Amino acid sequence: MVVVTEVLTGNYSVAHAVRLSRAQVIAAYPITPQTTIVEKIAQFVEGGEMNAKYMRVESEHSAMAACIGASATGARAFTATSSQGLLYMSELVWWAGLGKFPMVMAVVTRAMAPPWSIWSEHNDVLAHRDCGWVIFFAESNQEVLDLTIQSFRISEDERVIQPVMVSLDAFILSHTATPVSLPDQSDVDDFLPPLGSRRLPFILDPANPAAYGNLAYPKDFMEFRYEVARSMEHARDVIVEAGREYGKITGRYYDSLVEGYRCSDADVVLIGMGSSVGDAKDAVDMLRDKGYSVGVIKLRTLRPFPFDEIRDISRGKKFVGVVDRDFSFGFGGIGYGEVSSAIGGRVPVQGFIAGLGGRDITVKDYVAIGERLVDMADKGLEPMSPIWIDLKREVFK
Amino acid sequence: MSYSHHLPISKPVDGSVGSTGIWRSFRPVIDQEKCKHCLLCWLYCPETAIKRVGEDHMQVVIDYTYCKGCGICANECPFKAITMVREG
Repeated sequence: MVVVTEVLTGNYSVAHAVRLSRAQVIAAYPITPQTTIVEKIAQFVEGGEMNAKYMRVESEHSAMAACIGASATGARAFTATSSQGLLYMSELVWWAGLGKFPMVMAVVTRAMAPPWSIWSEHNDVLAHRDCGWVIFFAESNQEVLDLTIQSFRISEDERVIQPVMVSLDAFILSHTATPVSLPDQSDVDDFLPPLGSRRLPFILDPANPAAYGNLAYPKDFMEFRYEVARSMEHARDVIVEAGREYGKITGRYYDSLVEGYRCSDADVVLIGMGSSVGDAKDAVDMLRDKGYSVGVIKLRTLRPFPFDEIRDISRGKKFVGVVDRDFSFGFGGIGYGEVSSAIGGRVPVQGFIAGLGGRDITVKDYVAIGERLVDMADKGLEPMSPIWIDLKREVFK
Repeated sequence: MSYSHHLPISKPVDGSVGSTGIWRSFRPVIDQEKCKHCLLCWLYCPETAIKRVGEDHMQVVIDYTYCKGCGICANECPFKAITMVREG
């Protein structure tokens, strides 16, 4: 095991992971804050450090179409996008997921316009929650690199054969440089064998013409959906297996869909995803010092959703708080809705909305959230409609 | 692969995108005696379900795998050589 540590941004961590994973087709269309991912990969390809076909396409829609085409011939494909770009790509994102085309896409989470924003919010990814993609949210640049490499393996596993999205928060991860440990190429090669046609259930081959995804009458349709549903269920085990194997080569084990932090003896648990979970962990340490019994659950995968894990960790807790960097208008936090369905009313769940459009979610915010949940638990209060953190209420007077 | 998948793959054969002929409630029938080989039906058919056959490609036949029974051919035929017959 030869380990190299470099100081990398989240975007460069993605690019290095794609290089180490020996992706063969890269479809590139620039959009802030994703651009430096495909820029760095272009440099790798141009400099001979990567043997890949680099396609400068005319839109995100075409980027995904190119990846689907590449995947359909048995090539390992990658692209990256953000926000408006992901929305423009949307039709083909569904094609990739429902059509079972293995590939990896990095999405740098960014708020949608209007008003224009280039900063983080999770609604872009969450709008693609139901497309048959495995969806990861990364907390740190190290996790970005590690999850991207694992994503290729998960995507190509014969029990899964579905595309995988790795989400990293705009600027907080994408453009912030931190030390990142890079695994040895030979270790990654062992972990991630070449894809090739023989590992796929179907490839497009001019010598043996076939059409894929033709019109299916109602009598035939549902089974194709169930095939995707079944693969996403299998993905649970495959993710854990891949995370374990990855731990063997790096010492960093990803053997659960969630990461619990100081949860086992906690009365109150905070749940979140993405970069701000790191701040939540710091806040929990501070709350513990003050005598508050609080823990954190990080949702590492949003799809497949970690029902059992959340149910198990939250069992017997007095209150659960879900912090969403997203919002479903007329409903509430999207993570809140999902967590509530897993908990099924056994523990009161309070939703919090924070950090929309890149507003900072500070450690202080998390301390206040933790204290508030403990107070609600102590007083036996019922959960209320979502609490918006750091909202300028005076604007609405 | 050891694991089986259920995938929407179709081979290029007649009707692989759906035999639209099953939608038909009326079937156009050509009376070859009355046909003057003007090819208007072939020209107007929106589904290209009318085929030109024979040595000179001037005889018309209907491909019932795809004919949806819209009746345009029967309507256009100047010689009333095509009649629409209810499907049994």
